[in-house]
Amino acid sequence: MVSRYSTWSAEAAQQVLDLLSEGERLILPALQALQHEFGYVPREAVGIVAKHVNVSVADTHGVLSFYHELRTSPPAPIIVSVCVAEACQANGSRELVTSIEQSIAPVGSRSADGSVDVVEVFCLGNCALGPAVLVNERLVGRVNLDSLTRAVATARDEVNA
Amino acid sequence: MTTIYVPRDSAARSVGADDVAVAIAREAAVRGADVTLIRNGSRGLLWLEPLVEVVTESGRVGYGPVTESDVAGLFDAGFLAGSDHPLSVGIVEEIAWLKDQQRVTFSRVGIVDPLSLNDYEAHGGLVGLRRALEIGGDAVVEEVLASGLRGRGGAGFPAGIKWRTVRGAQSDQKYVCCNADEGDSGTFADRMLMEGDPFTLIEGMVIAGITTGATQGFIYSRSEYPDANDTMREALEIAYLNGLLGNGVLGSEHAFDLSLRVGAGAYICGEETAMLESLEGLRGMVRPKPPIPALEGLFGMPTLVNNVMTLASVPGILVDGSAAYQALGSERSRGTQVFQLAGNIAQGGIVEIPFGITLSELVNTYGGGTRSGRPVRAVQVGGPLGAYFPADKLDVSLDYEAMLAAGGMVGHGGVVVFDESVDMSLQARFAMEFCAKESCGKCTPCRIGAVRGVETIDKIREGIDRPGNLVLLNDLCDLMTDGSLCAMGGLTPMPVQSALRHFPEDFQR
Repeated sequence: MVSRYSTWSAEAAQQVLDLLSEGERLILPALQALQHEFGYVPREAVGIVAKHVNVSVADTHGVLSFYHELRTSPPAPIIVSVCVAEACQANGSRELVTSIEQSIAPVGSRSADGSVDVVEVFCLGNCALGPAVLVNERLVGRVNLDSLTRAVATARDEVNA
Repeated sequence: MTTIYVPRDSAARSVGADDVAVAIAREAAVRGADVTLIRNGSRGLLWLEPLVEVVTESGRVGYGPVTESDVAGLFDAGFLAGSDHPLSVGIVEEIAWLKDQQRVTFSRVGIVDPLSLNDYEAHGGLVGLRRALEIGGDAVVEEVLASGLRGRGGAGFPAGIKWRTVRGAQSDQKYVCCNADEGDSGTFADRMLMEGDPFTLIEGMVIAGITTGATQGFIYSRSEYPDANDTMREALEIAYLNGLLGNGVLGSEHAFDLSLRVGAGAYICGEETAMLESLEGLRGMVRPKPPIPALEGLFGMPTLVNNVMTLASVPGILVDGSAAYQALGSERSRGTQVFQLAGNIAQGGIVEIPFGITLSELVNTYGGGTRSGRPVRAVQVGGPLGAYFPADKLDVSLDYEAMLAAGGMVGHGGVVVFDESVDMSLQARFAMEFCAKESCGKCTPCRIGAVRGVETIDKIREGIDRPGNLVLLNDLCDLMTDGSLCAMGGLTPMPVQSALRHFPEDFQR
């Protein structure tokens, strides 16, 4: 499968950082811009960001390691974010997680074919129509293994298109 | 020409609204029907989504929940004229569930085209801002104070006092920050407002800006809300193009710039000082208070921090006057609260109603009990840090003080229903596990306490020295309550201890 993201290089990273507005010359927005472009923030980006924002490498590493969503290695083309918070628990998300584990991959890991990452999230704001899952940026409500499989297939088509 | 509304709200889209919209457009083209399709926000009757509305002479007639395969049949039945059909719910505004509510903050959500400024103004938009410009900052503060509006994010601090403090602070630069980091499970009102009526939030923030003297605002939203963020970005652009933002707001001498920032998956950034750190681009570490953000907030400058619902309530308060808002509610909880019915519930969605409704009315009358059809066993109010109430204690009045007296909190108004299959020791464990994962790590009771909490509950569940470990768990909870820096560690014991108190049998299995 094709990646949705650009290929990492220090030069390309610098170009992304140069496009940040004055108000966004901060650690988190800089890391987010890199992740948006490349899909992840490699360790070597830490020094580049620190220099660009004029902060220490330690502070930059601190931010990179704080936020759950920032990744330091490339993601799979499809990311399935499963809500595991209370409102979805009330609608059977624990059972859903078990069946996802059996058919795709355990939470926090990648499917055997390398195409899907399964991650846990706490609340997608779809609490009356749970369980809820985000497949890349598409929200799926009242999800079961069938509808999830269809959503993953759709995402696969989109990625390959 | 017939106007049809199909929601663009992400909850509606999550159950197929986009497919339905495409099918309606296709079917109309095939049949040569003259149809205008508007993608509105959701009315908040989420069990009926996708809820399609057709404009008729007698009002907007609703059909739901509609699937793609229902569309041809709806055309056959003559739904463009509002004809009867098994999916018809009649005139939407006449549905008792909706009609009995008193929507102030949500008055336009689901009704207007979210990104049409004309539609916004046609439904009373910008009247509050024009009045604010006319009466001036002192009078606006007086109105907000007199309305009795309290912070809807969870803490319930009087909004007017905060506004007055920031207005009175001396500084070359002040900020208004909207906390849209709606991380509580069971809550989605901020998201629905941002997707369904974003200009109300923008208007509320502009009013806050010109009143407090802040010229720069930020909306701190969540990455888990991609649709809301897209809508908000578009709305901001439209607001700039139409002179609602930027230099000379609506032709006045006031300037106000507003931008959207998105978090990166950290529940703690919903805590106001952690949010400020995150807005500064740093780790979302909680700051000790004092100093309060109203005096030393973003980049050390005086900063007004309010939740989406709080800011979005202000335009309406200025339109109808503080007295009208203050007349609603109970005791010291004035106005309306946007409750969100979630979890295992038959009729989930948005119920905006004056404070003072009982939890039972919300869960049983509005909610219609569980979706699974099994008896309600537990109801968690106020998010992951809120208390669990057992089915026989739902007669509690939902206002700030009554909830506190009952050992709970209103929080951001989320109500999550569980049926009898729930294992409350597992829910208590999850509360600690969540705190362990989401703690910023700054204070020891929260950082270490949550981990020890999980371990202790595991021992209890496994039957290891239950009496001793139950004492230990309660002791740990008391310590976290008293010793934590913010509500994360300080309130995590609330779901745990309410589970222990009301469902002791689940810890003895």
